[in-house]
Amino acid sequence: MHFADGAIPAEYLGYVRRKNLWILGGAVLLFLLLIVSISVGAVSIPPYDVFLSLVNGTIDRINVLLHPGTVLTVSNTDLIVWNIRLPQALAAIVAGIGLSVAGVAMQSILRNPLGSPFTLGISNAGAFGAAVSVILLGAGEMHSSVANAVTLNNPYLTTMVAFAFCLLATAVILLISRIRGASPEVMVLAGVALSSLFTAGTMFLQYFADDAQLAAVVFWTFGDVGRASWQELGIMALVTIAATLFFVANRWNYNAIDAGDETAKGLGVSVERVRDIGMIVAALVSAVIVSFLGVIGFVGLVCPHMVRRLIGDDQRYLIPGSCVMGGVLLLASDTVARIIVAPYILPVAVLTAFLGAPVFIYLLLAGYRR
Amino acid sequence: MILGVDGVAFTYRSAPVIQEITFDLRPHQILAILGPNGVGKTTLLKCMNAILRPKSGSVLVEGTNLLTADRMEIARKVGYVPQRCEAGRMTVFDAVLLGRRPHIRWDVTDADIRIVEAAIRMLHLEDLTLRYIDEMSGGELQKVSIARALVQEPRVLLLDEPTSSLDLKNQLEILGIVRQVTTDHDVAAVMTMHDLNMALRYADRFILLKDGVIHAAGSPDVVTPETIEAVYGVSVTVERYNGFRFVVPLAPESA
Repeated sequence: MHFADGAIPAEYLGYVRRKNLWILGGAVLLFLLLIVSISVGAVSIPPYDVFLSLVNGTIDRINVLLHPGTVLTVSNTDLIVWNIRLPQALAAIVAGIGLSVAGVAMQSILRNPLGSPFTLGISNAGAFGAAVSVILLGAGEMHSSVANAVTLNNPYLTTMVAFAFCLLATAVILLISRIRGASPEVMVLAGVALSSLFTAGTMFLQYFADDAQLAAVVFWTFGDVGRASWQELGIMALVTIAATLFFVANRWNYNAIDAGDETAKGLGVSVERVRDIGMIVAALVSAVIVSFLGVIGFVGLVCPHMVRRLIGDDQRYLIPGSCVMGGVLLLASDTVARIIVAPYILPVAVLTAFLGAPVFIYLLLAGYRR
Repeated sequence: MILGVDGVAFTYRSAPVIQEITFDLRPHQILAILGPNGVGKTTLLKCMNAILRPKSGSVLVEGTNLLTADRMEIARKVGYVPQRCEAGRMTVFDAVLLGRRPHIRWDVTDADIRIVEAAIRMLHLEDLTLRYIDEMSGGELQKVSIARALVQEPRVLLLDEPTSSLDLKNQLEILGIVRQVTTDHDVAAVMTMHDLNMALRYADRFILLKDGVIHAAGSPDVVTPETIEAVYGVSVTVERYNGFRFVVPLAPESA
């Protein structure tokens, strides 16, 4: 079959350009927000100084790398920017991107608008893992009610156990779907069941915990982007970038699956395999973020839906769009969380839920389709 | 011969669904697969592009056995239009562009866009290019689905009840397009159908399935009161009007 006489319709090119502009605009917004986020806080730094510190600091650090022996000169501003606020802001962006892109992929793979790391039990599995590490393995306790007074004696143990339980939850979902044939309904229902199971498990452990342990567990479940060190940030960024590239490479497969399993198979997509591998990658990126930062709900669920409203369901734009939106939303939430009840700093998860639930209800009322 | 189906059988949980299905098609031919609900029409169609894996047999398209080919290769040879497709928030253009997936390596090329534009014009969808498909009628959506299968540039088109949810005008239009595509683009088409009169009007080869096996196959002459009675259990007469054959039921089951 051949269509020799086709033309390139100008209106379609214009439409594609508009979508790309949306995404580009979002990226610019994200950068501006990064500057603002770093400039506000207990010590406020003018945005221009933040910008200078970022640019000069980057140049200096490259210099140090290129010419070993050079001494890095840092002002007080540089210290606050580079050691406190930048890692936190970047952690918010990376986590926002990771959770959001995992949500997009899960919604598509599972053909269900409720797909997200949170609804599929992965977050709750992580919380259960943290509870196990604190209460059964004695990884930490909390000594005062002010945030940051928690001592996790062994934060890496908590992270590892949380991660292990995230993977366990994923493995169980995949195993069940393997037995019943990789149908999206089975995966979603298995996720919901696991989610309740792990919540019940966490409550059971908490019931037998002492005050200090209980506080540490509860504190851990309040997802907080301020927890990440540069090294942890590096791990999260690597996993998130790899997962995002993987999803982008699969964008046509997800578009095809969105059109129905049979259509997708007719278009050459090995639907079951794409579904299984996509679930593993989405779960992995969620697991890494949840184990380092705690439970941050709603970002993975809401961001993709907000982007769908703006630029539609086409994964070619939806995936990058959700990345940008995830970064913007979590960074904005974290910035507000840091200043809303100053001098106290709220964990960002409190704010995402406050923000996410009304947005989600609005989306329901506005009648989205997927 | 463009399509050769030989001895295809499919079992579901060790119960045979279809058995010993053998036929072939030349370019320009349209085959209608007829038979009552649950006889295995859709199963046969899905076996032909390996959406379902037959227990035995072979499906050759231009000499390539699809049952041993990989999915992507099958998708370049066979276009499949399912009974219904999901409508997400995508434009008509992008929904049709999806049909280029078996040919796209990393990103869309100008050639892909040209092919999609031509297919959209062929199906008279050009005024709807940037409409979202979740805002479209059943007939328009069916055309999008067919356009998507066409831009796969297949040699064989499989259509599962392409007219089942359409009004009379849309039925005629869709089947007319299938007719036009098979002649203009040297492809063969296989359709499952319930409407015997529409089948008689547009198809030139027929297979009547009964209990999972071919009861009768061949030219329109095989559609007789006897074969219809045997397959559907309904007494009919086959009349001619204006050069077309029509199946007219005589005594409905309830009468």
